[in-house]
Amino acid sequence: MGDHIKEDAFLGIDVGSVSTNLAVINVKGEVLAYIYRRTQGQPIKAVQQGLKELESELPGDISILGVGTTGSARYLSGVVVGADIVKNEITAHAVAAGHVAPEVRTVLEIGGQDSKIILLKDGIVVDFAMNSVCAAGTGSFLDHQSARLGIPIEEFGDYALKADEGAQIAGRCSVFAESDMIHKQQVGYGLEEIIYGLCQALVRNYLNNLAKGKDLLGPLVFQGGVAANSGMKRAFEAALNTEVIIPKYYNVMGAIGAALLAHESMMFEERKTNFKGFAAADFNYKTSSFSCGCCENNCEIIKIKVDDKVLARWGGRCGKWELDQANRRRDTSGVSSSV
Amino acid sequence: MLAAFPRMGHIDILLGDLLDRLGIDYLLPPVNSEKTLVLGAKYAPEFSCLPLKLNIGNFIEALELGADTLIMAGGRGPCRFGYYAEIERRILKDAGYDFNMITIEPPSLGFFKFVGPIKKVSGKSIRKIWRALKESFPKARAFDQLEKLVLKTRCYEIKTGATTKAYKKALDVLSKISGPKEVDGYLEEALALVEGVEKNLDRSVLKVGIIGEFFILLDPFANLDIEEWLGIRNVYLERSVYVTDWIGPTANNPVGGVSDTHLAKLAENYLSHFVGGEGLASVGHTIHYANQGFDGIIHLFPFTCMPETIAKTILPSVGRDLDIPIIHFTIDEQTGKAGVATRLEAFLDLLWSRKRQNEKKRLVKSRQLV
Repeated sequence: MGDHIKEDAFLGIDVGSVSTNLAVINVKGEVLAYIYRRTQGQPIKAVQQGLKELESELPGDISILGVGTTGSARYLSGVVVGADIVKNEITAHAVAAGHVAPEVRTVLEIGGQDSKIILLKDGIVVDFAMNSVCAAGTGSFLDHQSARLGIPIEEFGDYALKADEGAQIAGRCSVFAESDMIHKQQVGYGLEEIIYGLCQALVRNYLNNLAKGKDLLGPLVFQGGVAANSGMKRAFEAALNTEVIIPKYYNVMGAIGAALLAHESMMFEERKTNFKGFAAADFNYKTSSFSCGCCENNCEIIKIKVDDKVLARWGGRCGKWELDQANRRRDTSGVSSSV
Repeated sequence: MLAAFPRMGHIDILLGDLLDRLGIDYLLPPVNSEKTLVLGAKYAPEFSCLPLKLNIGNFIEALELGADTLIMAGGRGPCRFGYYAEIERRILKDAGYDFNMITIEPPSLGFFKFVGPIKKVSGKSIRKIWRALKESFPKARAFDQLEKLVLKTRCYEIKTGATTKAYKKALDVLSKISGPKEVDGYLEEALALVEGVEKNLDRSVLKVGIIGEFFILLDPFANLDIEEWLGIRNVYLERSVYVTDWIGPTANNPVGGVSDTHLAKLAENYLSHFVGGEGLASVGHTIHYANQGFDGIIHLFPFTCMPETIAKTILPSVGRDLDIPIIHFTIDEQTGKAGVATRLEAFLDLLWSRKRQNEKKRLVKSRQLV
């Protein structure tokens, strides 16, 4: 070490319902290392394991100057690692897509249990939608069908590409899609047609739910875990009649977006990072909950502790349980001009 | 006789004051809560709207506390609310409750349909009822004016929560009003409490208009406390409707600020007639706020609400024409707060980046002019 100069870097963490992703970028926005792993219902453990794996993947002399978290467990993971910025996944995905394809106009994102569409113009988000009532148009649907067909989800793409045409499968509801798929199997369709048919059903569902009334202009970027499936790319391109770009790091775009946001916010505000370091992987975090009982709302309050120190509390309607730190009001709203 | 009426924001101020003046004994069911909603959703048809579910929950809670007379507003279509009193009566009878239902129709359906039931239940003369109404109304309006100020100023507070604290104290002040003559004095005192909160008026804030169906807008439980959530995130708010605007003979001078006739005129290129509820007003208000240079619109309505569904299909073209972003939320017992918060956070990011981009464009333009 000694006179060695460390490379400045930023860490982004995206903890979703299905996967937990971490990415480290340098000041130029290049990805130095990334981790994609399943959350398996234990977000804290997933983040800690992810940190451990990431540390061993990273080149030696790195100094993390800022951390951003996103995804549905963004507040929890933000407390666990000491985040400098906590951002919703819509903004994080838009930032990452704008970074890899600056001219991007449409982001198609499909994750495990949610899907979103983001429209951009001149580099800023002008419209977005996120699935709200049903998960039929998301990765879990394909996951479920792959288990049923006994074909690993990783091989879905290869099958789908071999099909001349897809079987017509009703995709509005995942249960009916399954009965329809069984029917198609029973009348003798090949596995390839059925799998491509499933991809097409998912694309139809996605476009019906999220893209109604929106102009999907190119360049289009398709990201999220489901973009691993080349059958989906084929189905999107067939439905939209245009080329769809899949970025190199399609499955960790949320984490890259969070890292980019962390970079920007640290430059913007010139402060020291709250990052607890990779040692956070070994801390003993405990969460618990209790009912407040002070008024009719009887809010459920979540508490997170390390040893005996309370790190954060949330969940109340009125904010009385939140620690003082969270109550500090900022005059700017943190994000940058580029988002 | 022990009467009860449903909860909706601070409508209890107006109705409670009115019933006091008419000498009618009443009890207030607990404010809307998860428990109320669970009770209501159990008996209400799934595709009825959230207000019906909460009304039924309120009534059950009131009946269990000993109420025997339920007072409910009527109305005229096309919004389904107009027949909720009758639906609720039947659902509660079927559920085995014993009570008397009083339905007060809006005066626009005929003055006697409005005043008749009140006369019957109170035994007072029409003249006395009229006087009680005239005396109760200014107090309720004072509550609305206070709320309006809170929505506009919370975004500037220096200490998060200070405005809400001052608001609670100010509500206590307004509760002391016992007649129209006292309104001005106490209102001034209450407004001063909220105005006195330490503020940073140089703070850059977003201006957002909240529009949609009245019940969701007026009841903080129903709208997931969205106004406070936004206020503490530096959003200046104006809302399209207040309790007395909805009830009121004030359609031409509403607390919300824009008269019904003006709204209809603003909306006429997009929607040329009344569609029930606030459907037309939602379109009109969007145009009004866009004309005032607001940064964005938040549209809230109950799941399956017909008038607002009509507005929702029209609003995208209004948003495109007037270049104002609009986000829609349909709310019912299945709505998750986390999902709403994620979308709202993203919406605020969208509004901020637009605002900054527009400021930059303006800056470049002004430099070119020099």
